[in-house]
Amino acid sequence: MYSANSVGGGSVMKEISGNKLFVKAMKEEGVEVIFGYPGGYAIDIFDELYRQDHTEIIVPRHEQGLIHAADGYARSTGRTGVCLVTSGPGATNLVTGIATANYDSVPLVCFTGQVPLHLMGNDAFQEVDIVGITRNICKYAVTVRKREDLGRIIKEAFYIARTGKPGPVVIDLPKDVMETPGDPEYPAEISIRGYKPSTGVHIGQLKKAVKMLSGAKRPLFLAGGGINISHAGEAFTKLVEMTKVPVVSTIMGRGAIPTDHELFVGDLGMHGCYAANRAVSECDLLFSIGTRFNDRITGKLYEFAPKAQIVHIDIDTASISRNIHVHVPIVADAGEAIDKMFQLVTSCDTDAWRSTIGIWQKEHPLAMQEHGHMTAQTIIEAINRDFDDAVIVTDVGQHQMWTTQYIRLDSKRKLITSGGLGTMGYGFPAAIGAQIGNPDTPVICISGDGGMQMNIQEMATAVAQELPLILCVFNNSSLGMVRQWQKLFYGKRYSCTCLGARKSCAEKCKDMKVKCPPYIPDFVKLAESYEAKGIRVTKEDEIDGAFAEARKNTKCPTVIEFIIDKEDSVLPMVRGGESLSNMILDC
Amino acid sequence: MRKRWVSLYVENEIGVLAKISGLFSGKNYNIHSLTVGTTEDATVSRMTIGLISDDDTFEQIKKQLNRCVEVIKVLDFTAVSTHMKEVMFVRIDHISPEGKTELFHIAEVFKVKVKDYSKDSMLLECCLTEGRNDDLIQLLKGLFRSIEVVRGGSVAIESISINDR
Repeated sequence: MYSANSVGGGSVMKEISGNKLFVKAMKEEGVEVIFGYPGGYAIDIFDELYRQDHTEIIVPRHEQGLIHAADGYARSTGRTGVCLVTSGPGATNLVTGIATANYDSVPLVCFTGQVPLHLMGNDAFQEVDIVGITRNICKYAVTVRKREDLGRIIKEAFYIARTGKPGPVVIDLPKDVMETPGDPEYPAEISIRGYKPSTGVHIGQLKKAVKMLSGAKRPLFLAGGGINISHAGEAFTKLVEMTKVPVVSTIMGRGAIPTDHELFVGDLGMHGCYAANRAVSECDLLFSIGTRFNDRITGKLYEFAPKAQIVHIDIDTASISRNIHVHVPIVADAGEAIDKMFQLVTSCDTDAWRSTIGIWQKEHPLAMQEHGHMTAQTIIEAINRDFDDAVIVTDVGQHQMWTTQYIRLDSKRKLITSGGLGTMGYGFPAAIGAQIGNPDTPVICISGDGGMQMNIQEMATAVAQELPLILCVFNNSSLGMVRQWQKLFYGKRYSCTCLGARKSCAEKCKDMKVKCPPYIPDFVKLAESYEAKGIRVTKEDEIDGAFAEARKNTKCPTVIEFIIDKEDSVLPMVRGGESLSNMILDC
Repeated sequence: MRKRWVSLYVENEIGVLAKISGLFSGKNYNIHSLTVGTTEDATVSRMTIGLISDDDTFEQIKKQLNRCVEVIKVLDFTAVSTHMKEVMFVRIDHISPEGKTELFHIAEVFKVKVKDYSKDSMLLECCLTEGRNDDLIQLLKGLFRSIEVVRGGSVAIESISINDR
């Protein structure tokens, strides 16, 4: 503890305010970018930030856009995303983004302004208990109540966010605590007695798992997002090549092995490909790494991988044996476990098994039904063709599933998507964050017309930041995924899923011959009003030209609106709660 | 489904009780009883939580508790020798003279104290195991018309040598 005149280590320690220590902490943590939106109880921090130049501040147009941008930045760079907002509504606008990051294990540190301590609990202006609100949707949340705790808490926040299973941390900063003078030092080290992320791998368990792998007749790797989070894609690919064991992946695990690799079968789950879901149902050993066996990939639990012994490697003990019974549980970081496996594995004889999978792949290859219109598949395949390296960011819905089905991923092409929470409105702001973190890589956002409108105000951010973002809006005038469920399971009662509908439309419009009113907004005009470029594509042969045009806009975003047919469905599909072997293949 | 006990060492900070109780409600686990108090170390609190669950859910609860940054240590007291006691007050009103005599007998047998007394009311202070407190309530409900019960929830500590559940 220091006072203004106390002598520490022989020199006089000059006290500094909490706001100044905050700025110092950002520098020490190597924070290059803060996604920030000012307000009454954050104004002092922004004032301190104004006087420094090591950390850039990006000002989005809404706090939800802000946190998704920080999330896209973090996922695409591997660095920790930092948010700074004011109290009350500034803080509550982060909630969806915190939950999104929590589900997909994204390291974020979210600083929220707060009313002074003496006003807390008083229903003061712009006061909310943000720690109470976010406690169940983040990795850690705390209010700084004493100035002397500030440095330690910020240090802990960055440590907790990025280590173990990464996740968002919320730090609430009361105005008076931040004004108080105190210790000028930012701690170099911290130790948290209740938080010791596991390191190392239990070699005995790993040996047992590898032995089962070599003994299996129909082994299958299941690659989850954990492999991508620990940047172990290349190591994993090497492991797969050494063992010759085929791979299926979750959507978060897609890209862990290049998607055009001969041993990659496809994604599994609700919209997985036929061969992948068959392979899971028929395999005798499922070797999973970095997945939590979410209901979207398992389908009916007790019919999931019914013939298989299951190995489960995950960094989170609570993910293991939670949804499905596991025969060999291994708590470890995916990358560490894969590295350890190199010394243990041998090539497996999988020729017969792979040719069986090959037959399934030929039986029902992944392909959209041709009907004369431009399909999502053709657009995504054009992206595969036209861009060698890219960060692809999606929103949530049909376009997201089509992307996860058809996008080609490898070491130079990355996919960012809200897999766990399925947050509409995520894609566009996340793409902004990804482009800020990767200024030299093409960033392509694929969104639907619904999700695009959920954070469309961020167009101003993208233009203001002069980002050459390419924004593909797959416009089918509908909330397509819900509409698809209504089409398949709800007797075509399209309740509330037509985004073209107006009050004057027939109440229950069934007559498809009636001309619909023009779609609002006009995305091309909208882009132009923000000084971005807008292109509308209605035919297949215009796709490549549109992308070529977009690439010329190096200082501003391009919106390409693709008009697609609302009757297009994402197939195959396993109905929620059904067994994976029970796939709908056409409709 | 059976009764389980966990003992938690947690940070003695604002919001930790809310974090733990919120974890139970958010994940749809049921708390039967929860007690919390400080320890010999002022920065650490100790919680004793009683719950009823199946094996798989209980495993998951322990893992979820362990994940909390605020939780320092999780001890499973389900199959461990512990000393466990619960404080309970029972107030009995409208007692007949014969009832009073009966109550003194009961107090003697159950080893509970008669802490307060009036013409037709009595207050018992009980420091028994949860099960014995249950038994006493059952007995008193059968014998008396008007009883009022306040229970404190169990606190538990690992035993040195003997089992006293």
